[in-house]
Amino acid sequence: MAEEAKQIENEEAEEKKIENLVQFLSFTLGDEEYGVDILSVQEIRSWEPVSRIPNVPDYEKGVVNLRGAIVPIIDLRERFGLGHLEYSPLTVVVVLQMQTKEGQARVMGVVVDSVSDVIDVDKKTIQDAPNFGTKVSTEFINGLASVNDRMVMILDVEKLLKLDDLGDEDES
Amino acid sequence: MSIDMEQFHQVFFEESFEGLDIMETGLLNLDMGDVDEEDINTIFRAAHSIKGGSGTFGFTSVSDFTHVMETLLDEMRDGRRQVTQVAIDVLLGSVDCLKEMLTAIQDGEDVDTARVSEYQKALEVELNGSSSEPQVTEEIVKESPVEVISEQGWQIAFSPHSHLLKTGNDPVRMFRELSSLGNLKTTVDLQGVPDFYELDPEECHLSWKLELVGNIQEQEIDDIFDWVEDDCDLSIQTISDQSIEAPVVSQPQIEAVELPSQAESEKENTIAISTKPKAKKKAKESTKPAAKTSSSIRVDTGKIDTLINMVGELVITQSMLSLVGENFELNKLDQLTNGLSQLERHTRELQESVMNIRMLPINFVFSRFPRLVHDLSTKLDKKIELVLIGENTEVDKTVVELLSDPLVHLVRNSLDHGIEMPADRVAIGKPETGTITLEAYHRGGNIVIEVRDDGKGLNKEVLKAKAIEKGLIEEDAVLTDKQIFELIFMAGFSTAEKLTDVSGRGVGMDVVRRNIQSLGGNIEISSELGKGSTIAIHLPLTLAILDGQSIAVGGERFIIPLGAILESVNVTEEMINRVAGKGETFRLRDEYLPIVRMHEIFDIKTEATKLTEGLVVVVDGQGMRCGLFIDDLLGQQQVVIKSLEANYRKIEGVSGATILGDGSVALILDIPGLVRLSNQ
Repeated sequence: MAEEAKQIENEEAEEKKIENLVQFLSFTLGDEEYGVDILSVQEIRSWEPVSRIPNVPDYEKGVVNLRGAIVPIIDLRERFGLGHLEYSPLTVVVVLQMQTKEGQARVMGVVVDSVSDVIDVDKKTIQDAPNFGTKVSTEFINGLASVNDRMVMILDVEKLLKLDDLGDEDES
Repeated sequence: MSIDMEQFHQVFFEESFEGLDIMETGLLNLDMGDVDEEDINTIFRAAHSIKGGSGTFGFTSVSDFTHVMETLLDEMRDGRRQVTQVAIDVLLGSVDCLKEMLTAIQDGEDVDTARVSEYQKALEVELNGSSSEPQVTEEIVKESPVEVISEQGWQIAFSPHSHLLKTGNDPVRMFRELSSLGNLKTTVDLQGVPDFYELDPEECHLSWKLELVGNIQEQEIDDIFDWVEDDCDLSIQTISDQSIEAPVVSQPQIEAVELPSQAESEKENTIAISTKPKAKKKAKESTKPAAKTSSSIRVDTGKIDTLINMVGELVITQSMLSLVGENFELNKLDQLTNGLSQLERHTRELQESVMNIRMLPINFVFSRFPRLVHDLSTKLDKKIELVLIGENTEVDKTVVELLSDPLVHLVRNSLDHGIEMPADRVAIGKPETGTITLEAYHRGGNIVIEVRDDGKGLNKEVLKAKAIEKGLIEEDAVLTDKQIFELIFMAGFSTAEKLTDVSGRGVGMDVVRRNIQSLGGNIEISSELGKGSTIAIHLPLTLAILDGQSIAVGGERFIIPLGAILESVNVTEEMINRVAGKGETFRLRDEYLPIVRMHEIFDIKTEATKLTEGLVVVVDGQGMRCGLFIDDLLGQQQVVIKSLEANYRKIEGVSGATILGDGSVALILDIPGLVRLSNQ
């Protein structure tokens, strides 16, 4: 009897856990591990040559034709100031999408070193991004999660996709 | 029987707005002295359809209002009433009011009842004021708010004529329908049944009193009795609170069965009390979901038929090709190339026909101008005739939609500033009535729209003086005629002596030009003092496809809109001049043109850095000519314009992107933007 009760208790605890679980796609940039909400990932592709766009920051690599839509490709490594890595056929592009306030989907591809895993994270265990002052920009980081003793930085996809508009304002 | 009516709302609104346009045009065409009966009929029909439609969908406020208009029109049609300017103005006002009501309902907003009743009153005054039978009309007006919902229910007296069954109608079936609406209680009246021996089984001798309890629209009940209306005596009235308390049929209602005419007046009374708030509530409830409007387009069936034919041929070509491909041998090569060229032709034709679907006659914009001119000329006491030419010229739907505001501006300007007062016109020997002409025609890949007036024209001296006064140009500036006319496009420029609410605030022309330019077009003015002015708008026919010239710079490919290219030249060392050691120009015949190096402004690595190693393409970006230095010309092709902004953002010097045959993306150059960029 006692065992049964324990099992039920366990199951309940499990259920509670599942309720709070969020799934992230994790990928690496250099030695660092990042994660994005799996629901905002549209697809994962390999690197293809892009059409360059003139007079934009270096990290905006250009645009590609994604089944008839013109989609910008952004190098996250360069965006975060982690230096440039030569692209190879193994370089991965994660295509992210987000609904704008006007209800339209915005799509963007980000170049990452490699995709590692789909991780389950308990919402409650996500820490706020630490404040480094002006030393390190944590603008795009939503929080920190710890998975198997590794630290994963959770990215704010919305801000990441919006970065284009900000860039625009800076220029003008 | 419960059909979801909301799916038809959109169609109803579209049809109604079309109807209103017809009414408006018709009213404006009405000639005071000599009225064409057909014109009135057309207006009447339009009003009638709106009334019918709005009744069906339960927009009672609209149907009531239209009913009054219809009464007025009916009298005009029968010749019982003179068509006067006053009557036409009242009717035009009512058309506006109806438009507002329908828009409000469409957006799920409340109808502005105060305004509606104001117009309704004006209509009634017009009806009663000079009508030969004022009482009749009054009654009709009173009867109009008939479509109501009674929350308690309905009392129906139904006594079919004896031949009802022979018409194929069965009361039992009708009662079944009624009972699906609410709780039905039937009482049969056997009084009319003859002796058994005289009984004809094919005749109906019964009559019924029905009580239908529930929240039901009268319209719904009417629909059920629709088929038998002429074959029975019918009276429908609300159950008053009293009769619910006392279910025993009360005296006046029995009378109602016997004297239908009296019942009719009873009905009016009972309903008149409870109508107003309920009708309003109903309108509000039923329209909320309609607020999410979708943009739709009406397409000529001919165009769709063409499209179907094209697709048919495409299918045939496809099956032919797959047949060739199945067991391919080299001797079938001819067939294959034939098939492929057919495929190419069909695809092109198909593309053209699809684009054609989006084409609308420019009349969609022009048709609003007779009214505008009518109203404004009355307001300004001017006499003006509007001439429309080429209304059937077709242009892309987007262009049509974006064109209307700029055109309204231009026509208003012509009316207000251009055309003189009648007395002034006569004094200088012009006809008293001024003419404004709106003309549309195709030229090359463009549509040209001209707004012409025979008014006083632009006075160059005044324009210049004004510009100096406002500090827009230097006092000693020497300007060409064209440059002087260009001044009126500058923000903050107005020559009108005093502000009117028609125009003259100095905003406007600059907005007009910006709108036109954003559509990829341009605008030109020519004018002769004392004779009039012409403003011509040039616009591309469509915004989705572009004839392009692909070019190479370094390893990259770009598209230049073919319309912007004037010519391409190989420059020689002698043609090149340097200004202040930096700016390069080259001499093309008698002109010196600045050179814009593509690889420099777009920062592209290329081998060809000497001007003699590449090509110079002479382009025209909104009046600014320059030479674009590129590596090579590749080929001409039609490209489908894709937005860069959808997922990305606006890039200076680039108007969009397109996908080339090999799947890669090429940027479409924005020539005016490029010129701006090179000046920075």
